[in-house]
Amino acid sequence: MPLLDVRNLCVDFKTSEGQFRAVDSVDVHVDVGDVLAIVGESGSGKSVSMLALMGLLPWTATVSADAMLFDGVDLANCDARQRRSIVGKDVAMIFQEPMSSLNPCFTVGFQLREALKAHLPLTRRERQQRAIELLEQVGLPEPERRLRAFPHQLSGGMCQRVMIAMAIACKPRLLIADEPTTALDVTIQAQILELLLDLQKDTGMALVLITHDMGVVAETAKRVSVQYAGQKVEEQGVRELFADAHHPYTSALLAALPERATTRSLPSIPGVVPGQFDRPAGCLFSPRCAHADQLCHATSPDVATQAMGFARCHYPLLQGVPQRSAS
Amino acid sequence: MASDHTPSSPDSTRGASTDTNGSDRTRTGQTGPELTRPDRTWPDRTRPGRFKEFWGYFSENRGAVIGLIVFMTFVLIAIMADVIAPHSATQQYREALLQPPVWLEGGTSEFLLGTDAVGRDLLSRLIYGARYSFFIGVIVVVIAASTGVLIGLIAGFARGWVDTLIMRLMDILLAFPSLLLALVMVAILGPSLVNAMIAIAITLQPQYVRLTRAAVLQELPKDYVTSARVVGASKARLMFITVLPNCLAPLIVQAALSFSTAILDAAALGFLGLGAQPPTPEWGTMLADSREFVLRAWWVVTFPGLAILVNVLAINLMGDGLRDALDPKLKRS
Amino acid sequence: MLMAGERGISPERHAELMAQFGFDQPLLAQYWNYLTGLFQGDLGLSFKTKRPVWDEFFTLFPATLELSLCAITFAVVLGVPAGIIAAVNRGKWPDQALMSTALIGYSMPIFWWALLLIILFSGMLGWTPVSGRISLMFFFPADTGFMLIDSLKSGQAGAFSSAVQHLILPTIVLGTIPLAVIARQTRSAMLEVLSEDYVRTARAKGLSPLRINGLHALRNALIPVITVIGLSVGTLLAGAILTETIFSWPGIGKWMVEGINSRDYTAVQGGLLMIAVIVMVVNLVVDVLYGLINPKIRQ
Repeated sequence: MPLLDVRNLCVDFKTSEGQFRAVDSVDVHVDVGDVLAIVGESGSGKSVSMLALMGLLPWTATVSADAMLFDGVDLANCDARQRRSIVGKDVAMIFQEPMSSLNPCFTVGFQLREALKAHLPLTRRERQQRAIELLEQVGLPEPERRLRAFPHQLSGGMCQRVMIAMAIACKPRLLIADEPTTALDVTIQAQILELLLDLQKDTGMALVLITHDMGVVAETAKRVSVQYAGQKVEEQGVRELFADAHHPYTSALLAALPERATTRSLPSIPGVVPGQFDRPAGCLFSPRCAHADQLCHATSPDVATQAMGFARCHYPLLQGVPQRSAS
Repeated sequence: MASDHTPSSPDSTRGASTDTNGSDRTRTGQTGPELTRPDRTWPDRTRPGRFKEFWGYFSENRGAVIGLIVFMTFVLIAIMADVIAPHSATQQYREALLQPPVWLEGGTSEFLLGTDAVGRDLLSRLIYGARYSFFIGVIVVVIAASTGVLIGLIAGFARGWVDTLIMRLMDILLAFPSLLLALVMVAILGPSLVNAMIAIAITLQPQYVRLTRAAVLQELPKDYVTSARVVGASKARLMFITVLPNCLAPLIVQAALSFSTAILDAAALGFLGLGAQPPTPEWGTMLADSREFVLRAWWVVTFPGLAILVNVLAINLMGDGLRDALDPKLKRS
Repeated sequence: MLMAGERGISPERHAELMAQFGFDQPLLAQYWNYLTGLFQGDLGLSFKTKRPVWDEFFTLFPATLELSLCAITFAVVLGVPAGIIAAVNRGKWPDQALMSTALIGYSMPIFWWALLLIILFSGMLGWTPVSGRISLMFFFPADTGFMLIDSLKSGQAGAFSSAVQHLILPTIVLGTIPLAVIARQTRSAMLEVLSEDYVRTARAKGLSPLRINGLHALRNALIPVITVIGLSVGTLLAGAILTETIFSWPGIGKWMVEGINSRDYTAVQGGLLMIAVIVMVVNLVVDVLYGLINPKIRQ
């Protein structure tokens, strides 16, 4: 049984101009000990799908799914109390802006111990002890002193380590990291990623890494899921994806990597991600796709087979060549 | 492992397209991605005029629209008082002292809401009172706003010691509760409606000074002001024609709030005997002598206060609606 | 300066009064005397009672202070939870109901509200008295000036409950506007805080809504609300003027109104000055408090 099984997830937001579909029929599967990377540009809905899972979306959002199962528990239909017993304990999430993700009015120690107190039956002394252990585990020197500090006294990298410590406090089985390094310095980025991977290896927990950086994906993930404009457009193992991307969008993303550049100027994908008012009738990527034809503009594509990376494309690529015959 | 070489759009490449320069990548399909226009699936959204846009936001707020309607009704009543009121506001009917409203026993349809202690028809007094309330609100806001805005403009443009002096003065004024200040001023000037209005206007004015000055300070560094100055606009022109129109939004909201504060404060002064003097049918003054009848004739107490409440409530609802409609920060995208 | 209260007096008496009040000296000297007197706590003599204004003020001040403290407690105890409930249920009926009530609350002329409450609770139901601080049956020394404390100390049966009964309506009346303002401010502060990242983190930790709203969110939302509470001292003083007049509450507000009506200029002047000082002191305290509770400014 997969650890996380989400099928056909849809999230709509209520805006002043009607409903906006931020996530459109997305599937997510994570097994025990898996490392899944979800890649996409801003506006692709990659964060929203995970926030929906955790129940962290604002009141303007409507979530629906065929299935949203974590370890067998139906998260879509469970009651609030049951969800609270899972969230923060078996499933944890860390976010993009570590400095603003910690409450400025309370010390780091308070917030860390609070996470422990909510889910584990420990005494106060044990909680303090565990808090120190956690800070050591995430690589923060002088843990006792850090516990007494306020978030604004710590740097971005340190705050993110604290966030990670809070997330792994109750030994979760799944950790969702939403662009954990985007807001940090480049040097710190590498450290945080390494920390996450080490923790994953040590504890055997599954890791879902949301990012827009393909380089990060190459280094960290086992499997990759690519999202575009709220839809999942491809999913493959990481080696296979880099070797042979099946969806034109993935292909274009990879081509845009500086490491892969062969000409003087870097290729980029023309156009912009469709917003609320300019959603194309057919395939959402068709306005920007080099291989699009009449069919692409007119009809929404179905999802291809596993062999073709579940690509949402009429003519998935094979070695860069769109397969015009079958779809 | 041919990475599909998606040629970049013309504006992001320097010089000619690079794809034909000795590259032996497999090319597929067309020579370039025409920026294919998707079929227009969204309605043609031309930006509506500023007033229409404002009205769009304002009318979404049900409370604000109700407030507007009620307020307009009061204005109408005030204007048509002579026509609508069944009796005069000051005529005393000695035979009908403290008569209850028509639906209680002892009431007649001649005095629909009853009469007060000297036999004046309550309904007529309330109707004429609308005139006074509206009058008070308009005059006070006009005085407070015009002087306040002027002083604020001066403070904002002059800077230096003039600015500091003005702001310190305003801070002192703001330190006092406004009713207290108005009270003392009326005490000095003598109790009358006009003096009450002047006093209230003075107490409300610092808000306008502050708002205007803050808005001016925000607008001054902007380019359009600099260009106007470069072209040779005079200080006065700069103040009133260039900068002021762009500071209007918070001022309008403040005007709405001041309107209601003015009515409440004038009523309070009237109640204390320091505002409009009897027999003026100002709603607050009508409540002044009614204290002794609290237990005997509740209608003398209830209706004037109710009139104030409904009027002020309507204005506050409108003010809230105005603020939500005009405040760009709250505009939903 | 007009002579207050005494009309048609003999020339000797006139000269006597002039000397007593210092009016026989040149204007500048009078002004200088007043200023120096101020710094020594001498605000002059009340025209009406001939007692020092300073003494009068501080005799009556505890009554106003007691009423104001009760009113602000009432406003905070009801207003903050109301604001929280409104924010947490944004857009739904509790929010609309509470905010509509708050709007009505500060659109009301409070002297009318007082009369209405008197009609209802004193007139029709007979539950509360109409005026004064305590039933005339009771008499005990005013140690602290706070009726609640003094009545308890006196040990007389029923004194305390009488004091409480007399406080109820004036407290509600005086506290209504601050209640409405605090409720609205709390709501808007909470709404801002609830959309912050750290609240999302708290939710991601699986904490209960009570803890999230009541601790994580509120602690941050209270920071601007405390400022509002502090600044409502002005509203309280203005309201005290009206409330004390209606309920015959022997405090500063009523004293000022009587002073104005009887042209007791020294009293009014002195009272105004003292009130200004009090307001500025409270503002200062609020600034200091703000610095203490906002952790980012603290160190």
